[in-house]
Amino acid sequence: MIPGIGTLTQDTLWCFSQVKGTIEIGTTEADIISTVEFNHTGELLATGDKGGRVVIFQREQESKNQVHRRGEYNVYSTFQSHEPEFDYLKSLEIEEKINKIRWLPQQNAAYFLLSTNDKTVKLWKVSERDKRPEGYNLKDEEGRLRDPATITTLRVPVLRPMDLMVEATPRRVFANAHTYHINSISVNSDYETYMSADDLRINLWNFEITNQSFNIVDIKPANMEELTEVITAAEFHPHHCNTFVYSSSKGTIRLCDMRASALCDRHTKFFEEPEDPSNRSFFSEIISSISDVKFSHSGRYIMTRDYLTVKVWDLNMENRPIETYQVHDYLRSKLCSLYENDCIFDKFECVWNGSDSVIMTGSYNNFFRMFDRNTKRDVTLEASRENSKPRAILKPRKVCVGGKRRKDEISVDSLDFSKKILHTAWHPSENIIAVAATNNLYIFQDKVN
Amino acid sequence: MFARGLKRKCVGHEEDVEGALAGLKTVSSYSLQRQSLLDMSLVKLQLCHMLVEPNLCRSVLIANTVRQIQEEMTQDGTWRTVAPQAAGRAPLDRLVSTEILCRAAWEQEGAHPAPGLGDGHTQGPVSDLCPVTSVQAPRHPQSSVWEMGGPRENRGSFHKSLDQIFETLETKNPSCMEELFSDVDSPYYDLDTVLTGMMGGARPGPCEGLEGLAPATPGPSSSCKSDLGELDHVVEILVET
Repeated sequence: MIPGIGTLTQDTLWCFSQVKGTIEIGTTEADIISTVEFNHTGELLATGDKGGRVVIFQREQESKNQVHRRGEYNVYSTFQSHEPEFDYLKSLEIEEKINKIRWLPQQNAAYFLLSTNDKTVKLWKVSERDKRPEGYNLKDEEGRLRDPATITTLRVPVLRPMDLMVEATPRRVFANAHTYHINSISVNSDYETYMSADDLRINLWNFEITNQSFNIVDIKPANMEELTEVITAAEFHPHHCNTFVYSSSKGTIRLCDMRASALCDRHTKFFEEPEDPSNRSFFSEIISSISDVKFSHSGRYIMTRDYLTVKVWDLNMENRPIETYQVHDYLRSKLCSLYENDCIFDKFECVWNGSDSVIMTGSYNNFFRMFDRNTKRDVTLEASRENSKPRAILKPRKVCVGGKRRKDEISVDSLDFSKKILHTAWHPSENIIAVAATNNLYIFQDKVN
Repeated sequence: MFARGLKRKCVGHEEDVEGALAGLKTVSSYSLQRQSLLDMSLVKLQLCHMLVEPNLCRSVLIANTVRQIQEEMTQDGTWRTVAPQAAGRAPLDRLVSTEILCRAAWEQEGAHPAPGLGDGHTQGPVSDLCPVTSVQAPRHPQSSVWEMGGPRENRGSFHKSLDQIFETLETKNPSCMEELFSDVDSPYYDLDTVLTGMMGGARPGPCEGLEGLAPATPGPSSSCKSDLGELDHVVEILVET
């Protein structure tokens, strides 16, 4: 508890743990991280990038000798999930960028995850192999077929240990079901189905069936000229397999119950906050567009991220959020410039911690923000190479809005808008966070006393 | 020099005039900003049809912004109807709605034969495509600004309708409009020019942003590549129809 650090004594102190990725200035676009996700135990951490690759990190066992280093994450498996494709009908490229990764709960020794690009969802199986069968009858040691005429004896192949090999195999490919770009996938709590959502439709899949999916939401108007709203994110309820929510570009959230009808075009609940007339501008609608929606682990709340705020909603109250947190309100006066350079369309994600007491989201200049829902305190931290000494405590950052700029503060005009933190993840039970800063993945942990 | 009373009167009068001028300045500065926001938005929409596969959410949000501006300008009375030569076409509010702008080929047919062609606009690849699009192509029932395959060939027509709008609006507010669009010529719609301006990084004000879109000479190799790509694309679409 050191005074002057900037955080009040009761708050968590965050320390740098690891950074993955290159330091080179010339970043290839393919290396830009586009999604980050811990699995259900936190043992594995997956990232997807613009080049269609998935990299999985595994937490090493904690050793008694190094108490201060709580299990580091090391590369476990790397594979090419999606390749670029060309849609000949429309003469358009289909990007291989991984939009989302979602883990399935572990049911056997293998790990399963869903990864998706704009058009195709794939189920990958990641499994370990540490034994190899030896002593085949029909094949020799190099795998070449033996002439059956030369075989005079029979033997039973035996399994012999080998170096650990982690292999990823595509088990299912769920294709050709989306006309528009997939923005979300969500595994249902029944572990048998999942949904994929694009700009106008949401489809329900069974993991075993790849040539069919059920369309459960369709907001495409009969006349496309009347299109004014799109789906921006969707998620299943963590416990109720019949319930899901989806958010829209108009800042609304709809909760649907699949028991009500096959096509959930009529919502069960409709969450929308009345507009503040004093803040109205031509950009009001754009900044109200929800870029991410997440259920709390408890299933009681949903959190939404729009351009300037994070909001927490109680499922039982539709007319307004119960909490609103300002992420970077100092940008409100810069909306025109941000519209011009397209930053206003950046889609930031948001995450809950394991106990639903703290929420986190990213901002510009490689800043990310955490809000403690109980103490109502917030902190701004930065993912940068300068703060990358092992176990270095992250110093809270502050953006100065106007007037005198104190030392260590940064003025709004000095913010680097090309350094944006769109994707973050929080370990399901511990205070370990993964923050994607362009092509680098930072892992931070809370200070171990 | 002046009697006190007179001087005061002069000062008072000046203040009134200044106040009125300030009021006018505020109003016209708002209009200017709103106009440049409208232009920026229209360019963004046009750009988005040129990209690999447009982000639908972004397009919808920009289109809604354009509609909002248009509604406000309609209420202000600063949005006038187009000349009657557009008779037989859709009413004004649809003329400037974004769908029309991006899909103007079908609206242009008959009543308005491709004005962008003959008047010497050197648009490069796009003008070569114009004859293709202004042919009386049957209207795609499904096609609209949001259909990916549709809008590409409309760049030429988009230029035409944008041109009409600018003509219309120019008569509103001659001084500032002329200033704004004085150097907006055919190269304004050149993709590279626009991209140079748009991707130039954050700029402080909307008007300055607009200045940044002033014509620049595009690289020859890039337009050649896009030539072939567009031509292929257009041929494919024609073959489909």
